[in-house]
Amino acid sequence: MEANRAANEHLDPLQVAETWKGGGRNVAIATVMETWGSAPRPTGSQLVIDSEGNFHGSVSGGCVEGAVITEAVDVIETGEARMLEFGVADETAWRVGLSCGGRIKVFVERLG
Amino acid sequence: MDLALLKELNAERAARRAAILVTDVADGAGQLVREGDEISGELGEAVQRAFRSGKSGLTEIDGRELFLNVHVPPPRLVVIGAVHISQALAPMAKIAGFDMAVIDPRTAFATEERFADVALHAEWPEDALKNNPLDAYTALAALTHDPKIDDFPLTAALKAGCFYVGALGSRKTHAKRLERLKEGGLSDAELKRIHAPIGLDIAAASPAEIAVATLAQIIEALRKRDLADGLRMRAA
Repeated sequence: MEANRAANEHLDPLQVAETWKGGGRNVAIATVMETWGSAPRPTGSQLVIDSEGNFHGSVSGGCVEGAVITEAVDVIETGEARMLEFGVADETAWRVGLSCGGRIKVFVERLG
Repeated sequence: MDLALLKELNAERAARRAAILVTDVADGAGQLVREGDEISGELGEAVQRAFRSGKSGLTEIDGRELFLNVHVPPPRLVVIGAVHISQALAPMAKIAGFDMAVIDPRTAFATEERFADVALHAEWPEDALKNNPLDAYTALAALTHDPKIDDFPLTAALKAGCFYVGALGSRKTHAKRLERLKEGGLSDAELKRIHAPIGLDIAAASPAEIAVATLAQIIEALRKRDLADGLRMRAA
């Protein structure tokens, strides 16, 4: 079981966050806090981002990650956590949105 | 969230203990709650509900918006028998996200060559399970159809409230198995939790197909209601 756990560790966003931060990188964590309709990733799903825009994990099926990463780089700079909301009803839906028709709330915070 | 809190949470997860991270959405302040921690008031009730359901979510308590992120241990699969089906099951289980271990005291079967990429224990289940006890987040598949090897771990899995318990063998083999286990003191309700013959009925024929049917049945048990059943059984 040990071998398997080690193999999967690099896939786990919260382990990655600890490793990155321990290595001196500035890190933000994004968490899906609420979903409506058919959202691609369930509540609690996480994405970790560093100040260079490297990321690991997912909060959607790739639909809104780009926008979350941009916001996260900002959160790392300012230190202020924020709640983001995405959905087809959003006026920016043509740019970033969930083509599946769902809506999600994503909380982005800096790892201190 | 601060790094110390993240480290505490990761330590709980690594030790296969359920934990909830409570985050105040207004400022990102976090609090770690372990299963069994005494927490009073509305938050205590919300935490209890979240541990039972395993579902994360937002909740409002005393005018504060809180997010409860429930972390339950990742599913583990313990396979009894280093047989042909287990060889096919090992890579599939890994892709599906299961932490898999194989236990078989027959050293001719349990060889590194046959199981290069999986935790392999060439010992009796009685000994192997002492170091890695079964829990409600573990599935057990008994694949040797040898009572000397399978019966002990099947009993242990039912007692531990494993979310899935499956056993290979024909209906006739299984009927005899049930008689033995009943004599060993297991109740009818406990015995009914054994999936046998093992696997979803997709008319699987080859070892690899039986592995697919078995893994599908394990995923069904995890995602439908058997996990909650297992936890309830352990609590009782």
